[in-house]
Amino acid sequence: MDIAFIIIAALTFVSALAAISLRNLVHCALSVAVTFVGLALLYLKLGAEFVGFAQIVVYVGAVAILIVFAILLTKSSETSNEPRYSRGAIWSGVVAAVAFAGLVAAISASQVSLTSSPVAPSASVEKIGQDLMSKYVLPLEAIGLLLTAALIGAVIIAMKEKPAEGDEQ
Amino acid sequence: MEFLDQIFIWTKTQVVGALPDVLQVPGSILLSILPIMAVFPLLFALTTVAERKILGRIQNRLGPNRVGPFGFLQWAADGIKTITKEDLVPRNADKIVHFLAPVALLAPVLLAYSVLPFGRGMYAIELDAGLLFFFAVGAGTELAVFMAGWSSRNKYSLLGAMRAVAQMISYELPLLLSAVSVVMIVGSLNPNEIVAAQEGFKGAGGLIPNWHVFTPWGLAGFGLFMIAAAAESNRSPFDLPEAESEIIAGYFVEYSGMKFATFFLAEYLGLFVISSLGIVLFLGGWHAPAPFALFEIVPSWAWFMGKLVTIIFCFIWVRGTLPRLRIDQLMNFAWKFMLPMTLINLLVVAIWQYALAWDFVGAGLLRWLICGGLLVGPYLALGQGLMNSRNWGKRTYRYAS
Amino acid sequence: MTPLEHYLILSSLLFCVGLAGALTRRNAIVVLISVELMLNAANLNFIAFWKFGVDPAATDGVMVVIFSIGIAAAEAAVGLALIIAVYRHFKTVNLDQINSMKG
Repeated sequence: MDIAFIIIAALTFVSALAAISLRNLVHCALSVAVTFVGLALLYLKLGAEFVGFAQIVVYVGAVAILIVFAILLTKSSETSNEPRYSRGAIWSGVVAAVAFAGLVAAISASQVSLTSSPVAPSASVEKIGQDLMSKYVLPLEAIGLLLTAALIGAVIIAMKEKPAEGDEQ
Repeated sequence: MEFLDQIFIWTKTQVVGALPDVLQVPGSILLSILPIMAVFPLLFALTTVAERKILGRIQNRLGPNRVGPFGFLQWAADGIKTITKEDLVPRNADKIVHFLAPVALLAPVLLAYSVLPFGRGMYAIELDAGLLFFFAVGAGTELAVFMAGWSSRNKYSLLGAMRAVAQMISYELPLLLSAVSVVMIVGSLNPNEIVAAQEGFKGAGGLIPNWHVFTPWGLAGFGLFMIAAAAESNRSPFDLPEAESEIIAGYFVEYSGMKFATFFLAEYLGLFVISSLGIVLFLGGWHAPAPFALFEIVPSWAWFMGKLVTIIFCFIWVRGTLPRLRIDQLMNFAWKFMLPMTLINLLVVAIWQYALAWDFVGAGLLRWLICGGLLVGPYLALGQGLMNSRNWGKRTYRYAS
Repeated sequence: MTPLEHYLILSSLLFCVGLAGALTRRNAIVVLISVELMLNAANLNFIAFWKFGVDPAATDGVMVVIFSIGIAAAEAAVGLALIIAVYRHFKTVNLDQINSMKG
């Protein structure tokens, strides 16, 4: 058994559990950042270096900080005394467990390992760049448009509204 | 002198060869890491003393001159003081996060040293996407700064941390984009290939090195990169988040003793590593600046260290000279000036690359004029435009009544 | 080399942890964190299948994950902006109390 895989997988799973169950929201945000790092390590182990580093730059460097800013801006950083889980949380937990059982059953019953090729695929940065410009140029432009629209939309939604002229009377 | 150039690599191969077979791989890894862990903290120690002395001279006073010859053992006295200081943790502080924050700040900074070549063949690891790895670990430091500021449960600490994170995020874009302009020309994210693309000499008589800083886009890119590097490592004139006279040391106000020393160490090590990246990208890495035989005797790592020390001196010089920027001035500068300039720099790189194919008489001068004009024009326009858009009213005086 | 099934089981485990978080917690920000966790689990699935794939020259798995990371970042930005706007109106991010369209 691969020791590195066991350690990284355990770290990722434990921090994911911590991210959904801790009471203090900032601890949740930091645990999910640890999960992102664990996943990046798994991508590196699978040989996808560019994706691993991009995951750290985007998720740990930007999304985790966005989450932290949102926690601070909604004043949720103090531990509240309200119950964490909604009513009927037990049934939701059962649904998630059933989903997991179903997925594991599907994985065990299928024969995925038989179709792998003898030579492991490798994606060098140059190949990724060439593919981005030739085969995937339309998704590239589309995601540029999407990111622009999302950022402008996010700024407009979160901006403080100026009071309308009629309210001053 | 080939031997002096490769003396460290030769030593390492000798030692690793003398180890038994089982220990060879761990021994090789350890011997790659140990020089970095030994040299750069020592450089940090000497830099703290040098900084205080140089700042003192700029401010018309002597720096520390008691401990050791001309005060150059001051770092040992400082080290003993920090180690023996009591480690205070506020009662309301979040103990685990408070403890982990210095570690979470130091670890990514040390990781970043591993991909840079400090001499011919002297790198710890060669990664295909080495530059992206560098920026990825740089992104890890932002979260650590927030951890430090929030866990102290102190209003000013949190305020300083938020300002520091906002500043680091804002300046990360110009930093990355000015590095991307180099990647566009070289065609690889590997720092070794970027250094290899800058060898050789050009110009009349073959005297000007082929470094990227001697091209119009390289000069602009180098300037933008160094400004963004100063902002990324919270260095004057961008040190509002940690200024002692403004916000009482900002996000590490509740740290004392060895943890404070770790923050200090991490900040300076971050400065060194980002200056080293600037040298690799723009100043030709470990290449000598002129093709004279005398310069070839000096080993490649000595050239790298010389360039690094020069850049550190320039940072100290700027710290002693320029006043501190306010937070809104910082953010305006990043988003309204540096980001458009880096985008224009990318355009200029593309035009330069296209214009390299011209070979009529006077092509070189025309290239320089076009690219230089495309950079200087927006620089002047943006500078004047941003300054004039503020409504400077008539100067009024208020007197106490 | 770890067999493919282990990666798939880990990714389905992470997905179900995210699902449980999204269904059970009351705080809107934790729900958003759980959604990000689910997206990450799917990304891991893509990379695992790419690594153990049929064609050694294919980069499809890596490409999909690159775009997925970008889209997830955009979605997190808009989602958090929405949470801030909702907080400004309802003065809470507790999902059980944001129910003024109910009944």
